[in-house]
Amino acid sequence: MRDFDYIAPKSVEETIKVLSEYKDEAKIIAGGQSLLNILKQDLMAPEILVDIKHLSELDYITYDEKEGMRIGATTTHHAVEVSPLVIEHYPILSEMEHTLAFPQTRNWGTIGGNLCIQDPTGDVAPPLIALRATVKIVGPNGERILPMEDFSTDYYETVLEEDEILAEVRIPPMAPRTGVAYSKFRIVEGDAPIVGAAVAFTLNEDGTCADARIATNGTAPIPLRIPDAEAVFKGKKITDELIQEAVEVAGEAMECIPDIVASDEYKKRVAKVYIKRMARKALSQIQ
Amino acid sequence: MKKILSFTLNGQPYEVAVKPKTTLIELIRDEIGLTGPKIGCNAGACGACTVLIDGKAVDSCSVLALQVEGHSVETVEGLADGDKLHPLQEAFLDDGGYQCGFCTPGMLMAAKSLLNENPDPSIHEIRHGLSGNLCRCTGYVRIIDSIHDAAQRMKKEGGEKS
Ligand SMILES: Cc1cc2nc3c(=O)[nH]c(=O)nc-3n(C[C@H](O)[C@H](O)[C@H](O)COP(=O)(O)OP(=O)(O)OC[C@H]3O[C@@H](n4cnc5c(N)ncnc54)[C@H](O)[C@@H]3O)c2cc1C
Ligand code: FES
Ligand code: FES
Repeated sequence: MRDFDYIAPKSVEETIKVLSEYKDEAKIIAGGQSLLNILKQDLMAPEILVDIKHLSELDYITYDEKEGMRIGATTTHHAVEVSPLVIEHYPILSEMEHTLAFPQTRNWGTIGGNLCIQDPTGDVAPPLIALRATVKIVGPNGERILPMEDFSTDYYETVLEEDEILAEVRIPPMAPRTGVAYSKFRIVEGDAPIVGAAVAFTLNEDGTCADARIATNGTAPIPLRIPDAEAVFKGKKITDELIQEAVEVAGEAMECIPDIVASDEYKKRVAKVYIKRMARKALSQIQ
Repeated sequence: MKKILSFTLNGQPYEVAVKPKTTLIELIRDEIGLTGPKIGCNAGACGACTVLIDGKAVDSCSVLALQVEGHSVETVEGLADGDKLHPLQEAFLDDGGYQCGFCTPGMLMAAKSLLNENPDPSIHEIRHGLSGNLCRCTGYVRIIDSIHDAAQRMKKEGGEKS
């Protein structure tokens, strides 16, 4: 690892000031679970690390019946996993965290760090997209709010400018008659996912589909929301045949990239199976 | 340029000057000289370097030393109370929870973290709690048995005290 300087700002405001001063010479460190591996391989050589891990200002989980949930960026995976508020209102997030990486990674790694590293196989983004989450970004000109699915731009790239940070994840309250499911395929517990899928359905009182959300990981350079497949369900009664039809549409949308673990064809097949299973599971929660 | 770091290690306050790029495991092993925690993968994948930060298991190869400013760190060296071994250590000895011993300091600390949170874990919960720790020797069964045994011993001890 090359030498770098280190600063631990006392507030978000000071963090933004430091970032504005150093620009691309600075790099944020939160839990460092991904960043330190990158630095150890000399894949990046920042002049200065700006540590936000200790900022209690960014470490919180709150819930309000109108506004929904807010999770600060430096909240650890473990804190999300065991939060009574998360378990009560969005159990899918606790389940997702329970199987993300290892206890050690979850105890120190943060939800913000996971989203910002933008690993295409990351577990956190797909369920958040299914839950219609938004992210709050803070920079020198104030804050901006973006839908979760607009945050990632490419492999390990996000919309963040060099003087901006991800400050908060916001999740709206769940509509009545909503079911959400997420699961991933991997060979060994603790391994990164090969592919995964999150599906959410909201039904009308008459049982037809008011709204559907489908998001996958490992199937494209960014977490992939698949509106064409979602559209298959709108206004219809959800049956197994309809799910199969949506799965085929989703298959067309995924441009899986082969890697050392799996070929593109294999990933696509498995992702389709996971979409199908998660659709059935989400539906079973409402019916 | 070195920076001053203040933290607690096994109950003892420390103030040391460290380079920003020094990882916690490098500080503990190379500068302070406690060689219990091991470096296996140096990438957050094997758990040999597991220590507790504020009572929770963390891979010390994947934390910058400067990040534990103000925190309390515990290594395997802090587990025994003088000559009295911790019930986890006793159980590992009695139940054969180790062979070469390389993974053991990490296993013990991961187990301690698990029991801090869940004093009576099921076998499944123990396995899940150890998912970040690799062992090349034992095949895990005896490690899991040892932790289960230790939990029972601690329950008894706790019961006797109260
Ligand atoms: C062994 C191992 C297994 C893993 N398995 C999984 C898995 O199964 N599923 C999964 O999803 N992930 C997995 N991960 C990834 C893990 O979830 C991330 O490493 C972790 O969440 C990153 O969080 P961090 O706080 O440590 O971020 P850091 O490593 O500190 O930062 C990551 C990146 O994000 C930037 N950053 C961090 N926070 C912010 C912010 N608030 N604003 C702007 N930029 C920021 C940093 O500059 C850096 O570029 C694994 C990692 C390891 C080491
Ligand atoms: S040496 Fe730290 S996890 Fe392997
Ligand atoms: S006892 Fe040898 S690695 Fe576990």
